[in-house]
Amino acid sequence: MPAVTELNVNGTRRTLNADSDRPLLSVLRDDLDLTGTKFGCGEGQCGACTVLVDGVPIRSCLTPVGAIGPQKITTIEGLEKDGRLHPLQEAFLEAGAMQCAYCTSGMIMSGSALLAKNPHPTDEEIIGFMDGNICRCGTYPRILAAIKRAATAIQGGAK
Amino acid sequence: MKTTAPESDPLFPEQYELHAAPAYRFAAMPGRLDRRAFIKKLGGGLVVLSFAGRVWAQGESGAPAAPAGQRRGGAGARGGRGGSQPQNLDAWVHIGADGTVTFFTGKTEVGQNIRTSLTQAVAEELAAPLASIRMMMADTDLTPFDQGTFGSLTTPQMAPVLRRAAATAREALLDLAATQLAVDRTTLTAADGKIMHAASSRSLGFGELTRGQQLVRTIAADTPLKPASAWKIAGTSVPKVDGRDFVTGRHRYASDIVRPDMVFGRVLRPAAYSATLASLDASAAEAMPGVKVVHDGEFVGVTAPTSFAATQALAALRAEWKTTPQISERELFTQLRGGAPAPEAGLTTAGDGSLTLQQTYTVAYIAHAPLEPRAAVAEWLDGKLTVWTGTQRPFGVRDELVQAFGLTPDRVRVIVPDTGSGYGGKHTGQAAIEAAKLAQAAGKPVKFVWTREDEFTWAYFRPAGVIDVASGVRADGTLTAWGFDNYNSGNAGIAGPYVIPGKREQFHQTHSPLPQGSYRSLAAAANHFARETHIDELARALKLDPLEFRRKNCADERLHAVVDAAATAFGWGAAKPAGHGHGVAVGIDKGGYVATFAEVAVDPASGRVTVLRAVQGFDCGAVVNPEHLKNQNEGAMVQGLGAALFEAIHFENGRIRNPHFASYRVPRFGDTPKVEVILMDRKDLPSAGAGETGIVGIAPAVGNAICDATGVRLRALPLVPNGLKG
Ligand code: FES
Ligand code: FES
Repeated sequence: MPAVTELNVNGTRRTLNADSDRPLLSVLRDDLDLTGTKFGCGEGQCGACTVLVDGVPIRSCLTPVGAIGPQKITTIEGLEKDGRLHPLQEAFLEAGAMQCAYCTSGMIMSGSALLAKNPHPTDEEIIGFMDGNICRCGTYPRILAAIKRAATAIQGGAK
Repeated sequence: MKTTAPESDPLFPEQYELHAAPAYRFAAMPGRLDRRAFIKKLGGGLVVLSFAGRVWAQGESGAPAAPAGQRRGGAGARGGRGGSQPQNLDAWVHIGADGTVTFFTGKTEVGQNIRTSLTQAVAEELAAPLASIRMMMADTDLTPFDQGTFGSLTTPQMAPVLRRAAATAREALLDLAATQLAVDRTTLTAADGKIMHAASSRSLGFGELTRGQQLVRTIAADTPLKPASAWKIAGTSVPKVDGRDFVTGRHRYASDIVRPDMVFGRVLRPAAYSATLASLDASAAEAMPGVKVVHDGEFVGVTAPTSFAATQALAALRAEWKTTPQISERELFTQLRGGAPAPEAGLTTAGDGSLTLQQTYTVAYIAHAPLEPRAAVAEWLDGKLTVWTGTQRPFGVRDELVQAFGLTPDRVRVIVPDTGSGYGGKHTGQAAIEAAKLAQAAGKPVKFVWTREDEFTWAYFRPAGVIDVASGVRADGTLTAWGFDNYNSGNAGIAGPYVIPGKREQFHQTHSPLPQGSYRSLAAAANHFARETHIDELARALKLDPLEFRRKNCADERLHAVVDAAATAFGWGAAKPAGHGHGVAVGIDKGGYVATFAEVAVDPASGRVTVLRAVQGFDCGAVVNPEHLKNQNEGAMVQGLGAALFEAIHFENGRIRNPHFASYRVPRFGDTPKVEVILMDRKDLPSAGAGETGIVGIAPAVGNAICDATGVRLRALPLVPNGLKG
């Protein structure tokens, strides 16, 4: 079985030795100790495992690590820059957009990808983009509010 | 069939749940934690201990044996609540020389944000900054015994004990300061982690006051607590105290714990419920590098260096199972009624315009499906077992481990990191026992995270139920008769808020074909669905406004206030577009008063039902954290929508047919209505818990709204798993 020996994660080159058919989720969590990315189903149905690969949100539970190659992986641990939270992380705190927060990493990763692509999403666009992410605690209205709040904050910051 | 009387005390654990108490002998005394050793470990500073009354000894509940569904597997009862009434509500506090304040409680944080609300409550009493307070929760070696986190009891029962501990500490610190500053105690004030003497502008930090010695006090039962009207920190919307750890992914749930040299486990599940192992060929799995197969009786599991390898090893096991025929979904409701025929449904009108109505309502089994599946990391070190796991009953799980491995309680430690939700679903210790078994065999720490299929199949479900309601009402809308028979769902919330002479409500315990146990609000959701749907049917039959009809038959002032506030916010009675319907449901449960209003739109062509908005009025006494209380109520409505519209466990002959999110639909963004929560902050009343009651109204409110829109009356949950057809 070919092995993956190097990954670009959160701007850092990480060396490892992982069978290429292992899911990226397990390699991130178990080999690189990046446990912020969560296992919710392992079936591509809940979005708890969402990470960005070259900016595109993917379900890491269904992605073999061998398929990543030199692409840049961003996990929830990589969003904070120089001690400053990503505007969407801030917005989650301000909107109280969590209860148990087990869905939060996946929600923030999906939401940040949406905002990068579409800085002014409508409610419908947010709902359509985020529909693959489950929050079993039912905090969807607050997550929606947090994404809109972050959109406003990013817009303000860009001026 | 055993029949029990309805509960009388809203805070009393549901009778039904008591049946699920494990057959085990549970430790009745506070943790086996040696109090003296604990105090010594804390070092210098002020320690305040409580000696809570041991109110109720184990085994006095007179609970009958668990139904077969709860005994299956032998790994402890499903949803067991470990006994009877609150026994020990201990809480301790330590104020270190550096001013750090640590409160110790056995309660667990599962997303209800009690870490925050308890921190607020004690910061208020102690007059210390929020940031100086640490809540040590749910570690059987470090925190006092607690029976578990359920029944919305943390706020009404645990918070007052913690507050009293904080108030005792504050009073002790005032005493110390009076001595050290040689001033009259009444001239001192406690604020912001300091005792201040305004006249001389002197102040002493809490930490300084003990001067490195250890002082021990016990909670005085009569320590005065601040009234809610004087609250400054409690009663405000403090954000989740450790929120930053969650938005950065830093918080470690049980499934994120890593131990040195740890390996990964999986457990082989039987082909069906009650199946027994006929043969096992483990040779292919054993030949895989680093794989260990663990086989002990009916237990078969594997450990491997990675979770992927463990999954592959599990797939390589060749097992044959002996199965026994079991009942399937279509026979369920007949079976729950014990084979008796359903009473004939129908509405009869007498000459004077009075009505009698007989109807039957059903509720399907549903799954908690917490987003963090059951998970445990187990480690054996020098004969002591430590398990990190997500559970609502740390001490109950410890006792299950004690039983399973024949250990003494001091040899087992259960640590519960803040958990990825539970909703009543994480009361048992099966994952902990499985991980411990694997770790024992592997000779290494083991992480075992249940798969989603494990979670949907081998946990336990919210009970299915059949509810027969027979009622009578006069033409003027006065209820005159009420008979309510609930088969299998349980007792919680069975007694409605309506004043009806001679009313009768009965829960009939029956044999459940599937493992069942606690679920957010217990049977209150099922009982409210049946009652509030039936009440709506009567109102419509009499051509009375459903809200007026409820008001007329209900005398409770708090409920009236909640109903009025929410009705105004919702715009009850306002005109609505064709195809739209408005529905309402009300109730009182676990100390909370709730009124839920919903607006739905039904597309006549497709039969698609969309819930457009929901407004909920809620009163649970003095509010500790308004935003978090709103969050709980919003979430409860959204979660409750799943059970209302489409969630159902399908089963056949001992197998679950839809054990995946792809086939078991849960609410998503696209299903979520606009939600609004109106809080009645009753500062004059003690705070009740609030994590559960918010779920009881949404299903009947939506069902009633569908009837308002279409005239179609739906009497089964889920209401429209495939849209409204026919
Ligand atoms: S864990 Fe990957 S989608 Fe659920
Ligand atoms: S906050 Fe619990 S799953 Fe989203």
